[in-house]
Amino acid sequence: MAIGDRLQGYSGRVRRLLEESRVEVGDEVEVEARGETYRGILMARYELADPNYIVIKLSNGYNIGIRVEDEVRVKKIASAKKPRFVPPPKPKFREGLPRVTIMSTGGTIASRIDYRTGGVRPALTAEDLLSIVPELSDIAEIDAKILFSIFSEDMTPELWNRMAMEVDRLIKSGVDGVVIAHGTDTMGYSAAALSFALQKPPIPIVFVGAQRSSDRPSSDAATNLIAATRVAGHAPFAEVCVVMHAWHSDDLLAVHRGTRVRKLHTSSRDAFRSVNSPPIAYVKDGKIELNSEDLNKRGSDEYRFEPGFSSKAALVKFYPGMGADILEFLVERGVRGIILEGTGLGHVSTRIIPTVKRLHDDGIFFGMTSQCIFGRVNMRVYDTGRDLLKAGVIALDDMLPETAYVKLSWCLARAKSLEEVEELMLNPIAGEVGGRSMPSMEVRFRQ
Amino acid sequence: MKIDYREIGLRVGLEIHRQLDTKHKLFCECPTELIEGGREIRFVRWLREAQSELGEVDPAAIFEARKRRKIVYHADTLNTCLVEMDEEPPHDLNREAVEVGLTAALLMNARPVDEIHVMRKIVIDGSNTTGFQRTCVIALGGEIVVDGKKIPIQTITIEEDAARIIERKPHEIHYDLRRLGIPLIEVSTAPVINSPKEAYRVAYAIGRLLRATGKVKRGIGTVRQDLNISIKGGALIEIKGVQELDLLPKVVELEVIRQLHLLKIRDELKKRGVTEQMISTEPIKDVTEIFKETRSKILRRKIKSGGRVLALRLRRFGGLLGLEAAPGIRLGAEFAGRARAWSEVEGIFHTDELPGYGISEDEVRRLKEFMEAGELDAVVLVADERSRAEDALQQVKERAIEALRGVPSETRAARPDGTTIYLRPRPGAARMYPETDIPPYPISREYLEELKRRLPPTLDEVAENLSRRYGLSKQIANELIDLEKVELFERIVSETGVKPRIAASILAEHLKSLKREGFKVELVRDSDLFEISRLIAEGEVAKEAAPEIIKWLSENPEKSVRDALDALNLRPVDMGEVERKIDELVERYEAMVKENPRKASSIIMGELMKVYRGRVDGGKLYQMVKERIHGQRGGDRGAD
Repeated sequence: MAIGDRLQGYSGRVRRLLEESRVEVGDEVEVEARGETYRGILMARYELADPNYIVIKLSNGYNIGIRVEDEVRVKKIASAKKPRFVPPPKPKFREGLPRVTIMSTGGTIASRIDYRTGGVRPALTAEDLLSIVPELSDIAEIDAKILFSIFSEDMTPELWNRMAMEVDRLIKSGVDGVVIAHGTDTMGYSAAALSFALQKPPIPIVFVGAQRSSDRPSSDAATNLIAATRVAGHAPFAEVCVVMHAWHSDDLLAVHRGTRVRKLHTSSRDAFRSVNSPPIAYVKDGKIELNSEDLNKRGSDEYRFEPGFSSKAALVKFYPGMGADILEFLVERGVRGIILEGTGLGHVSTRIIPTVKRLHDDGIFFGMTSQCIFGRVNMRVYDTGRDLLKAGVIALDDMLPETAYVKLSWCLARAKSLEEVEELMLNPIAGEVGGRSMPSMEVRFRQ
Repeated sequence: MKIDYREIGLRVGLEIHRQLDTKHKLFCECPTELIEGGREIRFVRWLREAQSELGEVDPAAIFEARKRRKIVYHADTLNTCLVEMDEEPPHDLNREAVEVGLTAALLMNARPVDEIHVMRKIVIDGSNTTGFQRTCVIALGGEIVVDGKKIPIQTITIEEDAARIIERKPHEIHYDLRRLGIPLIEVSTAPVINSPKEAYRVAYAIGRLLRATGKVKRGIGTVRQDLNISIKGGALIEIKGVQELDLLPKVVELEVIRQLHLLKIRDELKKRGVTEQMISTEPIKDVTEIFKETRSKILRRKIKSGGRVLALRLRRFGGLLGLEAAPGIRLGAEFAGRARAWSEVEGIFHTDELPGYGISEDEVRRLKEFMEAGELDAVVLVADERSRAEDALQQVKERAIEALRGVPSETRAARPDGTTIYLRPRPGAARMYPETDIPPYPISREYLEELKRRLPPTLDEVAENLSRRYGLSKQIANELIDLEKVELFERIVSETGVKPRIAASILAEHLKSLKREGFKVELVRDSDLFEISRLIAEGEVAKEAAPEIIKWLSENPEKSVRDALDALNLRPVDMGEVERKIDELVERYEAMVKENPRKASSIIMGELMKVYRGRVDGGKLYQMVKERIHGQRGGDRGAD
């Protein structure tokens, strides 16, 4: 449905009826159906629903649907009132605060709502953002910009690259921190990507998202954004990281290393968890509490900008019954490296191994991660693992499958040979691999 | 005070909220029964309302936003899942709840909508984890007839119940999530009710109609009545949360008294020549010095913790703040309610009630002197952190200006004694927007036809049937219905063969009067009531014994009916022994039996009842005595 459609969501004969009645969404209308008269504001129609209904908002604020049968008349009472947007007061400028740029890649980290139509309008400028989340102006001097307006599932290696270039430009412009507002679905991938492209940066690069949309009073967007801005502007470390809720509670936020974080719940605020490595810090009561020794310090002079991501990497999850033809197909389509998400310690069916060996011999990279998510792969325990190693598969230790995929995409864009890819993949660059394996530690909350 | 409600133009509308007794909550699979004992977790949230595109200023929203506080939720995992925690989108709209709602709507001749749209109604006090209440109109129009008067029904909605407040502190509020999400039906009447009694009658009638669905919850906390009340020259006041039906008339009456009182005060203020400017230009002064040595505990505590005592003079308000129209109904209470609600201050006093509360005559004198308050003037005092106290007096000032205009329109909360307290300003147009997580819910014509075919009888019809079928009085039939014993009654009658009137008196009269006497009859099991009836039907227990047995069981709920019979010495009696006893008595009163058999049999009966009350049916005893005295001729039958 076209944006700006004046009969949004309506189709077929109901649309024709509305067109003939010369009404549009937002108009005050009178609908006569089966001897009853309903008066209200014409609302947009939910596109997946039965098309044979007209939706109006009654004067008490409630919406109802009216079935359109033969005898339905629609009359316009008054034209739609255009929402008169009241510009927010300019935020107070405070001296001596760090400069933080909030960069949006899509979705709405902050928005306003039109209760008349239910429409949600995202905040577009720094002023707008500050008027909605005024606490930000106490934390940093904010600049806001929009990089992309896409769904996070539409993110690509090419867009990671553009994101990295933009952040590099900001670093060179001298800001004290960057916040990247990102859809949560693929935020972990993007955080990993920037971890490889922006090595040992001088400032924090903080990804943030929301699990509840910003038009709701209970949205986690503002809490997360405030904490992310605090980390970007004030953290003593300069890491690419993700800041989100640590648990269901609004009073504790976790800072995850960009290469170690994964979305592990579809809807909960604490969906993001550090895997095989603890969060690097927490934010509680407006204070940053460090949780790791191994941190790149703010102001680091070892910064290296290494952009470039290849689209010739693939991530394949093994499942019982999977044949080797998938791998062959990928390679035929130009893929030059495959991360396998194997079972357990890092296995796939023995039937596939000959194909893996042949493709590897032809110069295709194979890396093994585990679909267990938690724990490290070890391919020397069982025959299958040893056979896979012999076939040329590289065991990627405790690297997350998604991080391994992103890293492979980055390696393929710069390595000249298979051997070089294999060496780069095992070489820790951004804390993505190696280290101690610790017992599981649930975050404990004191009431 | 005798009030002519017609004369003053009383108009009352009711909103009756009632929990539905569905298997699941409205938007998830959690049970609607409040169970305890699961794992409890607590989590903290803050709510912030998304700003309105229109930039409109809603007074109720500003009120809540100013009081933005930490919300602590207590979630018991037996009744709470991620949906109530706002950690998962709502599941589909509960079909059972919709069906109960539509059934109630049809019973009130309301017009179901063609398609239900669930809305989000913004509520940011924390009672909903989402910051909005999910609610939907399921029917419009309709009416009920109460005492011959048509009461139009405006809307019938289904919505989720809110979380329950456990604790309220100045910057923190605690809620229990177990109740959140239980389906509620809300029935709103037009404002056509004209007297306190009628408010009760209408609420009662709606309650009975809802109960006819057989799917509404009963008991404390399952019903809440909101009212909107206005009188001529007064204002529209919303009163929230009347839990007891019996309290409704009192709430209406007291609200009328309050509004009349405020109008009287307005007239008096005008007479005294008070103007808006006289109030608005008054400065707020720091009077902490005067109370340095005070004996008032609260002032001392506030001063000690760094607070200040601030004062506001209200010229020519003297005597009007303490003037009481009914217990608790004073202008002073209005000021305090407003100041407390907005600024959460504790210590607020005015000179009409001073000296008192530990504040001495001398302090009052010095205060008045310092404030340059004359005989006709009043001074209001607040002790708290400076900004908070200032805020509170600012509210008092505004409220004092409103007193010049009469009754301010506001939302008030009902208290258990029937008085009300200021809650917040009345909201502007409801801030509602569509709940996009739930698709529209069509109601087909076929489904409605089916519901109409299956429509349950109203409780009036049920009472009619009961009384016709079993020869019961209307009153006792209604009592069985009110006590929810109809099903048990019918089962007992059909399975034990006990006379319907006996079963009805056990289930309605006895239970009710024993309850009134303070016995916990709700502890007596239905199976025990069944057993008692069976024993009566079989002649093993006299019907007179039923109250004693029920009493005993209510005190020994873990014991059986047999145990009760043993304990009360109600075991069946050997009829041979009874006959011998009668022989003995007839012999003893031989002379009288001959002279005045009627008197003799009554004396003999008295003696027998002393021994056998409850163990042998009285009618049967009487019959035996008659037969013994008159031989085979028998006599007029005694009462059953």
